[in-house]
Amino acid sequence: MTDLHCAEFVEMVTAFLDGALDPAAERRFVDHLALCDGCDAYLHQIRATVQTLGDLPPGDLPPETRATLLEAFRKLG
Amino acid sequence: MVVPPDAELVARLRARDEATFALLLDEWSGGMTRLARTFVSTDASAAEVVQETWLAVIQGIDRFEQRSSVKTWVYRILTNIAKRRSVREHRITPMTSLTDAGPTVAPDRFQQQGEPYPGHWREFPEAWQPEKFAMAAEIHTELAAALAELPERQRAVITLRDVEGCTATEVCELLEISAANQRVLLHRARAFVRGKLEEYFRRAGS
Repeated sequence: MTDLHCAEFVEMVTAFLDGALDPAAERRFVDHLALCDGCDAYLHQIRATVQTLGDLPPGDLPPETRATLLEAFRKLG
Repeated sequence: MVVPPDAELVARLRARDEATFALLLDEWSGGMTRLARTFVSTDASAAEVVQETWLAVIQGIDRFEQRSSVKTWVYRILTNIAKRRSVREHRITPMTSLTDAGPTVAPDRFQQQGEPYPGHWREFPEAWQPEKFAMAAEIHTELAAALAELPERQRAVITLRDVEGCTATEVCELLEISAANQRVLLHRARAFVRGKLEEYFRRAGS
């Protein structure tokens, strides 16, 4: 069986998502994905992790800092 | 109001459009603070880095040559200021660390030699349904805690890539690391955060 092991698949996920696998490696990756529900779930979990990280709310600038910076911008002339 | 495209953004800042500057402060400062916090040791110090960065931006905008995006330019100023400060604070930034090597998923999740399918899942990871993410505030707390546990370089890369949405190329330039190194750090960081989410969902009960 030339199939990728799941333990190898999980180490290729980031390179796959970045389109950085060479064509042969990418084919093995996709072939494995088609057959393995566990790795399909793992890849989905990584995607969900990335997406959730992107939803983190930004921290706010302290109001006094914001006021100081706006003042500095105003004084720029 | 949304941040305008770069050419217009620069023109407005040079025309001293205060509303545009205020918008930038509100849109970018949160991400900048998170990024600064990966280099310096306290929240107060990170806030100072952000303030110093904005002052440098104000002073530099008329000379900015637009060879990179505005945001990349701002982030570069920030990383330079933050790195200088982290040296002053005697924080060590090791070029490699032990946690940059080895498998990212616990080996006992996979079958060993002697089992029917060595190297394959012993038990499949759970399919995460969208409703799992309903408790957004709690999940955000978990994520913030997971990020804080990461080694500094992994935290910087995942913050830039996944929280801030920078491209791989931008991250390599900002942190002065190779594409391969960037990917390794990102991969390890993502795998770690995924594991933390998995633990959280288990604790929370499915």
